[in-house]
Amino acid sequence: MKRVTSTRQWMWWIVGGVVAAFAAILPMLNLSIPGVLPGATYLPGTLQLLAVAMLFASLALSYHLLFGTAGLLSFGHALYFGLGAYGVGLLLKNTTLSLVPAIALTIAAVICVAYLVGALSLRVTGISFAMVTLAFAQAGNVLVRRNPQITGGDEGLQLHTDNVPQFLIGVLNTRNLYWVALGVLVVVFVIVTCFEHSRAGHVVTAIRENELRVRVLGLRPFGVKLVAFVIASVLAAVVGIVHLLLQSGVTPSATSSDFTLTILVIVVLGGVGSRWGAVVGGIVYTLLDQRLTALASSDAIAALPPILRIPLSEPLFILGTLFILVVMFLPGGIAGALGRVGGRSRRSLVAPGVTERDRLEDAE
Amino acid sequence: MSTVILLIITGLGLGALYFLVASGLSLIYGLMGVLNFAHGSFLTLGAFAGWEFARRMGGGSWLTFFASLVVGAVVGAVVAAATEFLLIRRLYERHIEQVLVTVGLALASVALFDGIWGTDPIYVTGPAWLTQTSDILGARVPNDRFVLIIAAVFVLLAIVAFLKFTRYGLIIRAGVENRSMVTALGIDVRRAFTVVFAIGGAAAGLGGVLASHYFGYVSPQLGGSLLIFAFIVTVIGGLGSLAGAAMASVIVAILQQFANFFLGGTGDLVVVLLLAAVLLIRPTGLRGSKA
Repeated sequence: MKRVTSTRQWMWWIVGGVVAAFAAILPMLNLSIPGVLPGATYLPGTLQLLAVAMLFASLALSYHLLFGTAGLLSFGHALYFGLGAYGVGLLLKNTTLSLVPAIALTIAAVICVAYLVGALSLRVTGISFAMVTLAFAQAGNVLVRRNPQITGGDEGLQLHTDNVPQFLIGVLNTRNLYWVALGVLVVVFVIVTCFEHSRAGHVVTAIRENELRVRVLGLRPFGVKLVAFVIASVLAAVVGIVHLLLQSGVTPSATSSDFTLTILVIVVLGGVGSRWGAVVGGIVYTLLDQRLTALASSDAIAALPPILRIPLSEPLFILGTLFILVVMFLPGGIAGALGRVGGRSRRSLVAPGVTERDRLEDAE
Repeated sequence: MSTVILLIITGLGLGALYFLVASGLSLIYGLMGVLNFAHGSFLTLGAFAGWEFARRMGGGSWLTFFASLVVGAVVGAVVAAATEFLLIRRLYERHIEQVLVTVGLALASVALFDGIWGTDPIYVTGPAWLTQTSDILGARVPNDRFVLIIAAVFVLLAIVAFLKFTRYGLIIRAGVENRSMVTALGIDVRRAFTVVFAIGGAAAGLGGVLASHYFGYVSPQLGGSLLIFAFIVTVIGGLGSLAGAAMASVIVAILQQFANFFLGGTGDLVVVLLLAAVLLIRPTGLRGSKA
């Protein structure tokens, strides 16, 4: 824990605390940011969007634990998000369990699945690991879509609200869900930070840098990597559960490989290896996605000639292109770019983004 | 008995499709260490190009069909070579970034196809013979399966001949074996990268046109769904091995057909289980040397 006590680190924690406190009182305020938010901050629509943004930030953090910290390029992270959402959704629909036991049972199941899948896919490394996780996530996606009588198939699963506490239901209570989402973001951030500063976290980072050397030191990489994999999966499942409550349901697209790719895009956009980058990336991505969708259906776009109208009316096309440009010309993502502009020392913010990526390649 | 024959031949047809995608993936990975997520987009683009061409020529004749195959292959090859030249080459030796760029390209291109051709499947028409069936030992086998199998065997032989008998083939084979040694001998391996991408793109584009006839439609999602199975095939076959990819395509596709028929539509799950089993017993795949 020595590194946390340095002054600069404390400063970041204080800034983070102030931002979180400000976010917590946002539902009481009447702030409007035209062009960024759809309306004033106390309106349910705006709070809903901000809550989704914070959930994506939490999800990006859980993926950061895998990719940024442990160097595991997984293409199956959506499986655990989907497991959390579908697990609780199915338990609430088919049993008389109330919300908290349903969540506990789902998380226990997620731990088992993540342990099994992780133990199997960690037998291979690098690109093969990516493909194997992709295959398992695809199996989950197939299971969800092929069993419409259980999961609702392509229509998705509606949240059954009989056993959900009243204060989490309905448009008027969006602000409560907003606070839950904020709480999830803070808790996930703290857990990820604690893990990175724990012994296991240091070993995982060392494995990412040079697995052979860790082996020579007499440590076994497999177990620690598995722990990181399971923690990241459980965090993703928790985010999935809150997402289910927030959106009053879940669709199969939450288990698709495209969803994992979206998380990957967020993490890279924010800056690989940076916790703040992952949070900022999640929020920027969600707001950008929402704004671009609004832009796509606007009259200004519809009036353009087809050669401009078709690409501009596809938010994913713009985001994908932006992603390619960031990868090619802005290594370190948003966090790296901010660090460079601010001229901060490489250790505080930029270093994880840039150097870790270089080392990742060496490890390949 | 006739059911078994039908399943085997249909499985071979599907395996041929997997092979057309997996061969390019495997070659590209073997030589350059790049996992190409945009490969599905090459396939989809090839399929759309073939369909647009056939539509303009008034599809239905054999000449149009063969010409559309050529158009699909050429479009796939050109786009793949351009991708390598404009995007991948700039990130030389940075494997993770290369994968990320292809991921971005896959997302952006599928969105672009959505915008141009719409999200709904477009039904394709080919020569009438393709939609009919032939009688083989009592099984009524749809004719498009034969075309697929012949095309895949042709592509396999062509790639093997190219690798065996041409100078570029020699460089590629040596590069897969040990790239730094080839570079040390003063040969520019990077030109071979573009060639490999073009070959992979051509096979994928050809596969796209054939896939649109096999499934009966073309949609922006066509490539993505096939790509995942191609990934599984490449891992089972062993990354970088063409023979492994060919063997694994046939095994995976036939197993999938049989499981779908006899085990109540569980084909996709059985394939994932097979992948898990192969990884447990042989982490490097059937013919792979490096994991």
